[in-house]
Amino acid sequence: MAGKGTMTTRWTRKDLLGLRELSADEINFILDTTDAFKQVGTREIKKVPSLRGKTLVNFFIEPSTRTRTSFELAALRLSADVINISVTTSSLTKGETLKDTARNLQALHADILVLRHSSAGAPQFLANRLQASVINAGDGAHEHPTQALLDLYTIRERRGKIAGLRVAIVGDILFSRVARSNIFGLLKLGAHVTLIGPSTLVPKEFEKLGVEVSYKIEDVLPKADVVNLLRIQHERQRREYFPGILARSTAASRSTARSPTDCTASFSIKSPTVWQCAWLFFTSVEGSRDEPHNHSKRSNYRSRKQAR
Amino acid sequence: MSPTIIRNGRIIDPANKRDEIADLYISNGKIVGSKSEIRAKLSRRDGKSEIEEIDAKDLIVAPGLIDMHVHLREPGFSHKETIESGARAAAAGGFTTIVCMPNTSPVPDNAGTIAWIKDRASAIACVNVLPSGSISKNLAGEELAPIGSLAQAGVVAITDDGHCIQNHEVMRRAVEYARMVGLPVLDHCQDYNLVGNGVVHEGYWSTLLGLPGWPAAGEEAIVMRNILLSELCDHPIHCQHISTAGSVRLLREARARGVKISGEVCPHHIALTDEAIQNFDTNCKVNPPLRSRTDVNAVLEGIADGTLSILCSDHAPHADFEKEVEFDVAPFGIIGLETELGLFIDLLVHKHAKIDIARLIEMYTVEPARLLKLDAGTLSRGSPADVTLINPDLKWTVDVDRFRSASRNSPFDGWKLKGRAVRTMVGGKTMWKL
Amino acid sequence: MKQAKQKTSGAAVPTMDAEAIRRALQRIAHEIIERNPQLTRVVLAGIPSRGVEIAQRIAGFIHQIRKINVETGVIDVAMHRDDVGTRFELPMVRESKLPLPLEERTVVVVDDVLYTGRTVRAAMDAINSFGRPSRIQLAVLIDRGHRELPIRPDYVGKNLPTSGNEKVKVQLQETDEKPDAVWLEREP
Repeated sequence: MAGKGTMTTRWTRKDLLGLRELSADEINFILDTTDAFKQVGTREIKKVPSLRGKTLVNFFIEPSTRTRTSFELAALRLSADVINISVTTSSLTKGETLKDTARNLQALHADILVLRHSSAGAPQFLANRLQASVINAGDGAHEHPTQALLDLYTIRERRGKIAGLRVAIVGDILFSRVARSNIFGLLKLGAHVTLIGPSTLVPKEFEKLGVEVSYKIEDVLPKADVVNLLRIQHERQRREYFPGILARSTAASRSTARSPTDCTASFSIKSPTVWQCAWLFFTSVEGSRDEPHNHSKRSNYRSRKQAR
Repeated sequence: MSPTIIRNGRIIDPANKRDEIADLYISNGKIVGSKSEIRAKLSRRDGKSEIEEIDAKDLIVAPGLIDMHVHLREPGFSHKETIESGARAAAAGGFTTIVCMPNTSPVPDNAGTIAWIKDRASAIACVNVLPSGSISKNLAGEELAPIGSLAQAGVVAITDDGHCIQNHEVMRRAVEYARMVGLPVLDHCQDYNLVGNGVVHEGYWSTLLGLPGWPAAGEEAIVMRNILLSELCDHPIHCQHISTAGSVRLLREARARGVKISGEVCPHHIALTDEAIQNFDTNCKVNPPLRSRTDVNAVLEGIADGTLSILCSDHAPHADFEKEVEFDVAPFGIIGLETELGLFIDLLVHKHAKIDIARLIEMYTVEPARLLKLDAGTLSRGSPADVTLINPDLKWTVDVDRFRSASRNSPFDGWKLKGRAVRTMVGGKTMWKL
Repeated sequence: MKQAKQKTSGAAVPTMDAEAIRRALQRIAHEIIERNPQLTRVVLAGIPSRGVEIAQRIAGFIHQIRKINVETGVIDVAMHRDDVGTRFELPMVRESKLPLPLEERTVVVVDDVLYTGRTVRAAMDAINSFGRPSRIQLAVLIDRGHRELPIRPDYVGKNLPTSGNEKVKVQLQETDEKPDAVWLEREP
């Protein structure tokens, strides 16, 4: 937690591509500042001028309503200008490559790019080529950092802490970017994680990440402090991974002993975590606009000292 | 070209069991036995003979190296590479003979395309280019190509490389035909169903990054298939680009029983592991994929004990704009002609000390020549003067911008290696020197 | 207090000790009581970090004098600054707390040091997004001059003329866990 005397931000990255590369400190920093941003939505005038004159581009190749609207709302509340590009309105359908799209976005002078894409690594691809800050809103089955941050915030809000909690993640883990980001975040913050699902969707290989794998939901649930239910990602599977999907997931939800966390969180909770990402990236963007590749230069630039 | 004497080099000629410091004599594009056999013209001006002398002190004088797995992309994909640029890249890598793969457009599943390739190569290529023919028509894996007429047209082997025949019965018939006409069969071992849309090795890193996996079993299943068919048909089958521990084990056991099965290795499968893909660098996307540390160690052992007997590159050029896309849509492939020798010497001979330089040269000369029944890979008296001079201790840094290849898709840019070819001679003429 | 030894950040000149600070805040409390007959309508809103502690102390003095509990609050200004984007290091964002509604109330903005006036402008901007108080006043422990905006304090603990290369340093018991003190640091 930030000390009373801590005056400055501790964020030095240009982009938010995933939770795997973040330190526990960085994750905690985001969670610590969530309350302040959340509160803006309860004010009479739901606007602060922090990102005034900055442009945020929502670039969503995969469809999404909730995530895109959350980012849009966050940007508007921070006084940024928002442009929404979806797959149907983009030129990708006309055969434009991602690299060309990057060039066009550069020409727009976008300050923040929020990208949702079906290919893992696409946000990194753009982050390497653009001066804009890139926020990954979900890339294939790889990561969905803002969703995981929201889940971590929700857990911390309800349970007071994350370290030491027994968290069960249930469902289609293999194809789930939300699962991966949650796994990275929870492990970094000291939770004990168990994955539950059929073996085709939860391969044993996951144990090498530091989690437990179980195929028996009834063994795990009674001891779990938090349960995160994932949805079956039909669109990402290449074929029927196991029979009776519906039967399994209904059984899983019925056998839940305690109420699951809000994985279908409402806007008012979702938005803040997303806003401060916009805030953080905005402040790091201003550090140096010359060379997007020089991340090491950027962090030297931004050595953080206590203000007093 | 003038006759040449290569002086004071360490001549390593495994075919003739030669490893000694001596001079090598070349006349009229062929190796000759001694200086007296050199028919040198006397210069009109001063009466002195025009023999060129090359100082090979501290260098290895080897038979011209053979790379039997190269994609030249012509006809059809000349934006990636051409026969001309590929040949230049080969010469710059120390290779005097290359075997080109059939996944071109049109596919060399007919004598006409083979003839085109051979004509083009003899007109423009600075090294020997030997075509392979396809096993199936259009690489579709269903109907056999006219293997007999391909043999007559002069292919050195048949392979569906890039693709793999899934129907074992079709493959069996192909092997039987090949036996009839005396052609070796090469196979890119990939079971399409097990592999699915896998893009990286199925293991820790694919799980971590959420990328579809290419399981080791996808290669091993077909290696097993080929072992069985090789036994059944009593004909050699050569498994291309072996990458997994399981494949090495299967080959070892089968070879111990005398089955005519062999395997080759590409440098990226021992230089890198699947950890390299974590930044989604498409220059690390290759088929078969980079594997785990365990697999790499098993492949190194396979080279050390002779289970894997041939080295090659699977030189697979792609244009920049093709590779500079999202990871899962990028084409598979790494170029290798200009880095393979350096990588293999550095890793196999120096770093891991798995084989000595003589064996390395053997794996690039005698072994492929024997498999493909080529009149190459030796410094015997009377053979074409295809010679590669190698400095095994030369330190150099890979710089892709200086490659002769038309493409740049290599993950080895900036690597510091020890060992390199310094001169490549084809038919007695120097086609490249450092 | 002896003058601190020459360090790389320059000499330190002590300005106020704990007793001086206590007297100043007590006087401010009296002044607030004088100018605000309806104390229940007053909100002492501190700007983090030290403004919050100062606001609470002033409220404490008011309670000692009048036995009335004046409401305190927190105004976080980080999101309202006009220099976001030109500075590399920005203050930590914290939650604001103000008793609502603000209509018909007097909000006294409380901070430790008044300098250019931009922080106070941001505080007023922040207050506006919560509501429309009938009056906004300003209480500061130190006014060091060099205003860049037309902002003036209503209550001042000490006027301290300074030059551009000096820094005013404030230390408070609760916030810094060190004894109360104000001193000047000169850059060499």
